[in-house]
Amino acid sequence: MNFLDFIAGNYIDIQLSLLRHIELVGISVLIGMMIAIPVGIFLSRHKRMSGPVLAVAGTIQTIPGLVMLGFALILFGIGRLPALVVLSLYAILPILHNTFTGITQVDQSYIEAGRGIGMTSRQILYKVELPLAMSSIISGIRISTVYIVSWSTLAGLIGAGGLGDLIWTGLSSYNSNYILAGAVPSAILAFAFSGLIGLLQRMLMPRGLRGVRV
Amino acid sequence: MIKFQNISKSYGHSIVLDDISFEIKQGEFVVLIGPSGCGKTTTLKTINRLIEPNKGKIFINGKDITKVNPVELRRTIGYVIQQIGLFPNMTVEQNIAVVPKLLKYPKPKWQEIVHNLLELVDMPYEEFAHKYPSELSGGQQQRIGVLRALAASPPIVLMDEPFGALDPITRDSLQEEVKHLQKKLKKTIVFVTHDMEEALRMADTIVFMNRGKIIQMASPEELLQNPADPIIKSFMGRHMENENNAPKLLAEDFMRTKVLKVPKTSHTLECIELMSRRDVNSLIVLNDDDTYAGTVTIEAIKAHGKAGREISELLSEDAVTIHRKEDARQAFDKLLASSSNYVIVLNDNRTVAGLITRTSMAKALGEALWGEMKS
Ligand SMILES: Nc1ncnc2c1ncn2[C@@H]1O[C@H](COP(=O)(O)OP(=O)(O)OP(=O)(O)O)[C@@H](O)[C@H]1O
Ligand SMILES: [Mg+2]
Repeated sequence: MNFLDFIAGNYIDIQLSLLRHIELVGISVLIGMMIAIPVGIFLSRHKRMSGPVLAVAGTIQTIPGLVMLGFALILFGIGRLPALVVLSLYAILPILHNTFTGITQVDQSYIEAGRGIGMTSRQILYKVELPLAMSSIISGIRISTVYIVSWSTLAGLIGAGGLGDLIWTGLSSYNSNYILAGAVPSAILAFAFSGLIGLLQRMLMPRGLRGVRV
Repeated sequence: MIKFQNISKSYGHSIVLDDISFEIKQGEFVVLIGPSGCGKTTTLKTINRLIEPNKGKIFINGKDITKVNPVELRRTIGYVIQQIGLFPNMTVEQNIAVVPKLLKYPKPKWQEIVHNLLELVDMPYEEFAHKYPSELSGGQQQRIGVLRALAASPPIVLMDEPFGALDPITRDSLQEEVKHLQKKLKKTIVFVTHDMEEALRMADTIVFMNRGKIIQMASPEELLQNPADPIIKSFMGRHMENENNAPKLLAEDFMRTKVLKVPKTSHTLECIELMSRRDVNSLIVLNDDDTYAGTVTIEAIKAHGKAGREISELLSEDAVTIHRKEDARQAFDKLLASSSNYVIVLNDNRTVAGLITRTSMAKALGEALWGEMKS
């Protein structure tokens, strides 16, 4: 059976896996953002804590995905929950890192001006620091998303579904069509997300910031 | 209006401000000057509580500023910094309106403020309001920086080397504009610079600092005539007589003092008549209080003037002006750089002291080369 026939034959299955995959990526990146952005903001206010916290986050990143999935399996059993926990953890670091550096790299003169004209530190955060760090934060989200698209394929191992399912099925039955049916869409997905987020990044950037060092 | 009472500030063992006391009057233009690291910026920032002193008190209108919430205090004090610090994610209009918005002014009110302020510096609203800082020149950016500081009509404005990063020509015109705005809006300004030229030109009172102490607080004339310390002399460099006592030449040494001046309220016909009688093609125009208002040219009157109207409508503020204590060299450079035939020499109180014309310049150069000439 050639690959195209295979796809035509298993169209519904592949589509379902793809949707499952997108869901996994979307939810875990979202959770990652909800943790990483506030923590990144917090660290930018308490720089002394940033070293240790970023180091811990960096260490988590270096633990191999399979090991993490193993732990999660032990702790949470099989299914979507352990996969989401692990993927969200992986999603945190790039966003956290970029939020922190994005904010701390905002030129001191804007902050001094803001303080000097009577902005509270919350107003400086929302009106100056976050808009100026936005581009960096979004590129953190982009990096996370691309990673998570590929790591999500591992999640098939513990029964979370997604394109990983197809790949693992293919690997265990030596069926290259299954492998390709999982791998090709996930590669396309990574490109598509990356391009889409890049577009969003450009759209959200105020005209005044294009080509400006912040 | 602003009173420093025994202010000291130190970081660890290094004493940055050492028991400073002085007072700034309402409407005064005070310039802090001194060598790098002497504590000018620190002094300035204690006024809006960006820096809290270790000892002493500061009063604004009799009120101890530590009793005021720092954020609220800062909204009543304009602040301009050398790095300008316009928010790059906001348009010119949004930047100017920042403080009025923080103060919850209704939209029509802050919009009107933006309109009026842009008009004040000759930057038309339609053209500039919706530009971003990155789309402006350095000089234009700092104009907006100044307007942002003025937007909520603070009675006091603090400026920390606001023109330090601008080219000399832009700096000149901004100095003029700020001085003009200060007079017009009756602001109390505390201005930091390390450029004596700028201090002499702008200040009502100069505060000379060194190593965290005030060495002398005096008017520009007083400082030039009786510098209290050798370091002030060295700082003034070319504004002072040189070592060998050869007198240094100032703008006032070259100016003609007989100049034709007319009040702003004069009418077009009398001006034309005066010009043709004295064979000149422009006149210096004075405000009611005898301060310099601008010039009016025969072309302007012919092109736009209607008989019997006041010349105040035809005023041009393009003429180059210079302080009488400025280096003569400066005056010449400006004269050569401008298309005009003269520069106007002003006294401290902005009344007109005289004119330096191309002829008087040539004469001065001649004297320098060939000795005293008959006039
Ligand atoms: N946060 C700080 N910690 C330690 N020392 C400081 C701090 N801020 C300023 N200083 C020191 O205080 C002294 C005065 O600083 P300040 O900024 O007031 O100088 P300045 O007169 O404005 O100088 P410049 O003309 O270079 O701007 C300097 O010696 C500086 O090194
Ligand atoms: Mg300074």
